[in-house]
Amino acid sequence: MLKPTTNDIPETMVSRRRVLGGALFWASCGIVVVILGVIGGGVLRFLYPRALYEASKIFKVGRPESYKVGSVNLVTGRGVWIVREQEGFYAILAKCTHLGCQPIWYEDQQVFKCPCHGSRFHKDGVNFAGPAPRPLDRLYLSLASDGHLEVDKGKDVGLDYKLKV
Amino acid sequence: MNIFVQMWRSLFRTGVTDSPVHRVFRVVVNFILHLHPARVSKDGIKITYTFCLGGLSVLFFIMTALTGGLLMIYYTPDVDKAYANMLDLENVIPFGMFLRNLHRFAAHAMVISVSLHMLRVFLTASYKSPREFNWVIGTGLLLMTFLLSFTGYLLPWDQLSYWAVTVGTTMAENSPIVGAKGPFSVLGPEEDMRFILLGGTSIDQPTLIRFYFAHCIGLPGALVGLMAMHFWRVRKAGGISRPL
Repeated sequence: MLKPTTNDIPETMVSRRRVLGGALFWASCGIVVVILGVIGGGVLRFLYPRALYEASKIFKVGRPESYKVGSVNLVTGRGVWIVREQEGFYAILAKCTHLGCQPIWYEDQQVFKCPCHGSRFHKDGVNFAGPAPRPLDRLYLSLASDGHLEVDKGKDVGLDYKLKV
Repeated sequence: MNIFVQMWRSLFRTGVTDSPVHRVFRVVVNFILHLHPARVSKDGIKITYTFCLGGLSVLFFIMTALTGGLLMIYYTPDVDKAYANMLDLENVIPFGMFLRNLHRFAAHAMVISVSLHMLRVFLTASYKSPREFNWVIGTGLLLMTFLLSFTGYLLPWDQLSYWAVTVGTTMAENSPIVGAKGPFSVLGPEEDMRFILLGGTSIDQPTLIRFYFAHCIGLPGALVGLMAMHFWRVRKAGGISRPL
């Protein structure tokens, strides 16, 4: 009668061994989750470089006089059209608003056609056929201090924007 | 002891006594035989039930892996070299065109056989218990198959590759939540899924190297891991699915 046996412990009571064991188990699980989270987060962060070796979004496209009135000119390698109308200049991003292909300007029909899925745009960039949901982006165009036109591909300025020189 | 007898016994560690116990034992100790089940039910080998579509998918995967491994010898994931490497494979390297076409058509065949396999499993209701989770693993395998096709598409670095991946990654950009322009977007254009895929904001050298890694290491690795689980569960569910 000196020592209690396991039979003396009521079933509602939890043994010390079980409490410690359970605590240790869940703590170990927590540590594993934290380690996997740190590794996973590190791998995810690894996919975002701190610097990109890409062409600048702001670039110069020559003097205004080099563009004829009524012409649509593709700036090769930049993916931008410079359009000169009677009222002024505007720059259009050469990227279809459907799924990002580069449309082609047809001078004889005065229309942009996208070769991927057949979207069509008027000279001012407004879509009129095919799957494209909205007009082509019109980019910020300004006259730099050295007299050259300057395009900012990062700024979409809307259909009303025109640069008067 | 005869040297040939010794060599034979090093390969097949059991004797030649033929009894059911010995047959099972021979299978258990031999790796190649172990890949096959020790016992196959008579209905399980009825071709018109499964049409061998799962096995064909594995066969096509092995074909793409072997031919793809050989193609890697002549291919450099460099924007100035990739297209020329592809033309060399077509015109200069003996059997290069054959290997490249074999890789391509095996890949097409794999997409077709995996899709038909899924259809067969659906029509015979083989996704039911105890195979429910194996259907889930199967959808993962289908996704891996599609992603392998998509990433491999960019590698020749020709016009078709470039614009196909332009379209595909613009879809990623327009996806919900993970895309910068999709519904419920929370990520900017330099944080979204398209950026992770491209390694930048336009398709360029970082894109080619990412797709090359995914195509040659990342996705095949994931596919093999999922395949191991898939086959393990088939075996544990009592062998290939058959009429009840």
